[in-house]
Amino acid sequence: MNRYSKILIANRGEIAVRVIRTAKALGYRTVAVFSEADAEALHVQLADQAVCVGPAPVGESYLQIDNILEAAEKSGADAVHPGYGFLSENTMFAQRCAEKNITFIGPSAEAIELMGNKRLAKIRMLEANVPCIPGYEGSDQSDATLISEIQKIGLPVMVKAAAGGGGRGMRLVTDENDIENAIQSARSEALNAFGSDELILEKAVMQPRHVEIQVFGDEHGNHIHLGERDCSIQRRHQKVVEESPSPAVTPTIRDAMGQAAVEAAKAIHYTGAGTVEFLLDQEGHFYFLEMNTRLQVEHPVTEEVTGIDLVEWQLRVAQGEALPLTQDDIRFTGHAIEVRLYAEDPYNQFLPQTGTVLQWHIPTQPGLRVDHCVQTGQQISPFYDPMIAKVIVHGPDRETARRKLIVALEDMVLHGVQTNKDFLVDIVAHPNFAKGEATTAFIGEYYPAEELQAPSPESKMLALAALAFYYRDIRTFHSHQPADAAGWINAATDPINLLLQHGEAPYPVTIRVHRAHHFTVHADGQTHEIIMNSADQNALTFVLDNVLETARYLINDSQSLYLDYSGRSIHLVDQTLAPEKPRDDALDGIIRAPMDGRILSVNCAAGRTVDKGQILFILEAMKMEHQIKSSVDGTLSELSVSEGEQVTIRQVLADIAVTETTEAEEA
Amino acid sequence: MGAINSQIDVRSDTFQQNREGMLAKLQEIAEIQEKMVQRAEKVRWQFEERGQLMPRERLNLILDKGAPFIELMALAGYQMHDDKDGTTCGGSYIGGIGFVSGIRCVVLCSNSAIKGGAMSPSALEKTLRAQQIARENKLPMLCMVESAGANLEHATDIFTFGGRTFRNQAQMSAMGLPQVTIIHGSCTAGGAYLPGLSDYVVLVRGRAKMFLAGPPLLKAATGEVATDEELGGADMHVTTPGTSEYIGENDRDAIRICRELMATLPWNEQLPVTLKPEYDEPLYSVDELAGVVPMDYRQPYDCREIIARIADGSVFFEFKEFYDSQTICGHSRIGGRPIGIIGNNGPINYKGATKAAQFIQLCCQSNTPLLYLQNTTGFMVGKDSEQNGIIKHGSKMIQAVSNASVPQITILVGGGFGAGNYGMCGRAYDPRLLFAWPSSRVAVMGGEQAAMVLDIVAREKAGRLGQGVDEEKLQKLSAYTIDRMTRESEPLYGTARLWDDGLIDPRDTRKILIQALEMFYEAGIRPLKPNSYGVARF
Repeated sequence: MNRYSKILIANRGEIAVRVIRTAKALGYRTVAVFSEADAEALHVQLADQAVCVGPAPVGESYLQIDNILEAAEKSGADAVHPGYGFLSENTMFAQRCAEKNITFIGPSAEAIELMGNKRLAKIRMLEANVPCIPGYEGSDQSDATLISEIQKIGLPVMVKAAAGGGGRGMRLVTDENDIENAIQSARSEALNAFGSDELILEKAVMQPRHVEIQVFGDEHGNHIHLGERDCSIQRRHQKVVEESPSPAVTPTIRDAMGQAAVEAAKAIHYTGAGTVEFLLDQEGHFYFLEMNTRLQVEHPVTEEVTGIDLVEWQLRVAQGEALPLTQDDIRFTGHAIEVRLYAEDPYNQFLPQTGTVLQWHIPTQPGLRVDHCVQTGQQISPFYDPMIAKVIVHGPDRETARRKLIVALEDMVLHGVQTNKDFLVDIVAHPNFAKGEATTAFIGEYYPAEELQAPSPESKMLALAALAFYYRDIRTFHSHQPADAAGWINAATDPINLLLQHGEAPYPVTIRVHRAHHFTVHADGQTHEIIMNSADQNALTFVLDNVLETARYLINDSQSLYLDYSGRSIHLVDQTLAPEKPRDDALDGIIRAPMDGRILSVNCAAGRTVDKGQILFILEAMKMEHQIKSSVDGTLSELSVSEGEQVTIRQVLADIAVTETTEAEEA
Repeated sequence: MGAINSQIDVRSDTFQQNREGMLAKLQEIAEIQEKMVQRAEKVRWQFEERGQLMPRERLNLILDKGAPFIELMALAGYQMHDDKDGTTCGGSYIGGIGFVSGIRCVVLCSNSAIKGGAMSPSALEKTLRAQQIARENKLPMLCMVESAGANLEHATDIFTFGGRTFRNQAQMSAMGLPQVTIIHGSCTAGGAYLPGLSDYVVLVRGRAKMFLAGPPLLKAATGEVATDEELGGADMHVTTPGTSEYIGENDRDAIRICRELMATLPWNEQLPVTLKPEYDEPLYSVDELAGVVPMDYRQPYDCREIIARIADGSVFFEFKEFYDSQTICGHSRIGGRPIGIIGNNGPINYKGATKAAQFIQLCCQSNTPLLYLQNTTGFMVGKDSEQNGIIKHGSKMIQAVSNASVPQITILVGGGFGAGNYGMCGRAYDPRLLFAWPSSRVAVMGGEQAAMVLDIVAREKAGRLGQGVDEEKLQKLSAYTIDRMTRESEPLYGTARLWDDGLIDPRDTRKILIQALEMFYEAGIRPLKPNSYGVARF
């Protein structure tokens, strides 16, 4: 007898799509929930039923337990898959599901609660002989005790202020001779900074890797692991690249870590999918960090190397079935790497980007899997996580997988919203990553935020962009005129000049048109010979300096161009015929009468400061009162009329000494 | 209807020789144009210093990029008047038929990089011709002006008939043809009536100057002292007399305004909705047109070989093929539009004249535009010809050409001699457009024939008077006659005098014809909204 047959997916985005896919394949009915902002989303379209659970902000929709449960009730769903994030590790939600007799596809509420408490989790793990980061948090603060504890932990050690934070009162000790000194200085700094000189000690894990083990448990007491994932490349604790197997994990380490993870799961009678996260140091020592009691974002790399559908296993376990395989059955094949595609600007502090997806193209490539929720025309809203797709490749070995990933990313097209795609290519192509040596320090070390700058467009990019605009105009012309003569001129003309803008920087580009779609394009000091073989709405095929190539592009709002060429994306705006900022004549500060009339009132005085827009005079003319305002900020230097005076058109009424503003202020 | 089966072997020596000759001549013309561009480049720094665009840059910017532009009369005044070395020709304007914001129009742009845009007599003729093209083809007219005014050396030559350009403007406004003018720089005295009579005027702030008399002339005339800006600055004109409707901050901005203005005109919307024609390309490469005809007009070729390379699918439905083999007539389509074609494979004899006259009348009956591929040494002479009424029949052909009610377009391919030039719709017959290939020759007769005529007449005269002939003198006269007539029949000589609308590369012929036929077709179906006196600026 099935416990459930209709699954509500209490999530959105790619994971909702991912869960629906497996659920449908296994014959389950699916129910999507969505916020008002997600009404058109892919997961809503794919599910059998969909229920709106509230307005766009997550706090009012996806995190509203009552609304989710009501949606389950209304749609008749008898199971809930929480995905990751949102309510996936919410004890209350798991409990409420149980109360309503809805199967929560995940571990028990107790397991969620326990692992959600770092302190209790650590104690429990120590009991189960899972290695944790050694340290000292005792009340005895004597030098002798601290020194002996440091020696017990073993160098390197971090000496920290107990009340600390922000790096103050913190000392890294790597040399025996520095111990006393470090204690003294940390103490005094702690006292000054926090009013308490109490210190704690912790083993310093130098340049660690973030390695995690996928575990699975069932209700029959079976626990196995599915190998590791290396998630060392992170940005502000946000994973960016994940892979399996880890280049730093030997079979011995894998067995040891796997065994520890299984012990951890067993210790808490864990059911379903879970992940035990470890720090792995350079010597191969590993330390328990935390356990995630849900499906991980990066689960696909495990699926790719084991051939197991983890969502399928989740659904089986939740039905009460035993795990389909034993530890000995698990085989690892090849190497898988995943990168997370974010709608963010890597060159502007990784600020999340919003906008409309205008073009979305996934290349066809064996071994490529893209878990996503992107649709052309979709709005990327500011309400949710900016991750829009996961790009996963599987290859026989790491180097093959890495190469394939670069190609996949380079050939992938997302126009309309800035993404980290190019940045991902840079990371995956980086020699340090290629060697498998990347640690959690990778991004900070090689791509410090302050040095990350959008690369300026290459001359080839500019040339192609100019031609994309040129051919757009040709197509417009074709729509109402015979195609033959398009782009043809019989004059000895100067080249066509375009002014393209990248960010704030202008780039003049000139096109010289020769016969038969043959151009010489000059940009950024370079000259390129280009023969256009075909130019449709979204793709250019051309011979550029004797090399046959293609580029994808999209022109939006007539002036805005997104171009993908040679693995790089760029956004350019055609400013060739952009309106000039009108020059304001009145900026000279001379105020004149706009017509003949009588000055009804004077509302200003010489020597006084005036603001732009301030009413200076009331002029009566043709039975109407006209306000005469200051066109500038400044000081009234001369008042030329008085109340009741008759004035004629263009007569000077006042002279204002303009307050100088710098260009920057104006901008 | 069958396609023409070309007999030309492109690997033959004849073809290769023809091609080499043609390409050499094209190269010569291209070099003249390149020298003009280079000459203009010398003053680029001045334009840049003033924050201006070069004339050709202005033109390129106002035209829809990617749309065709047919430059007209590019070598007007070549080596005439003040153009000593050929680098300052062009009639002070760069002009042609192009598209602005999707609207086909005639554009004239002052070439102010050459002598400040000062106007020579060819400038007047070029303007008049451009206006004629706009009127006949119902095209809006766009002028981009910056000119030092009339070249004083030739001002007298221009003055009287110069007035006609303004009369044309007034009449075009009344016809319902919008005229838009951008003033990029000076535009003084008579020139100021050009914007004055334009329907819309865009001024460039700080650069446009528009007055009947500038400061020096004013001081001379009345003693009044005033600045440029006071007399005719852009700000003054837009705020005070309202001589102009729009003001741009610089050349680029004014061009933007002009393009936006054109985009507001419901010009294309007024055309009845018709299907865009579908068509096939010719079976033979257009590129081969460079080698189809000999550079020497005395060597014959089959004009069907040209038709095979310009007609859709090379299809030619020949008319009265077996009645006369010298004058070729028949129907084709070019760019999907029907066209009647008349070409010459030899002199026009009395049969050819009647055949062509009848064909012209039939095309007028069916409203089919006509294309003349002119290569004629003239109407056939001789006893047989005269006795068969060549004068009578030739006159009928000229009558038909003169009174044809359909648009006509002429390509000067080879010879255009004698009255054959008339019968084949030469310049005097006002074809809507007339272009010349570099292989063409236009003259009343061949230089050798003229020399021989003079020689015979001189000998006869001497004989009658019983005097001996001065052989040396006769030889000199003969050589002089041949040289002069040959020189004056050169295509460069003709194009300088606007005997054509421009020299074209034969390989561009089909493209130009497609555009021309489209333009004729649109003019034919376009309703205009005429008014009595033209639009007045109040």
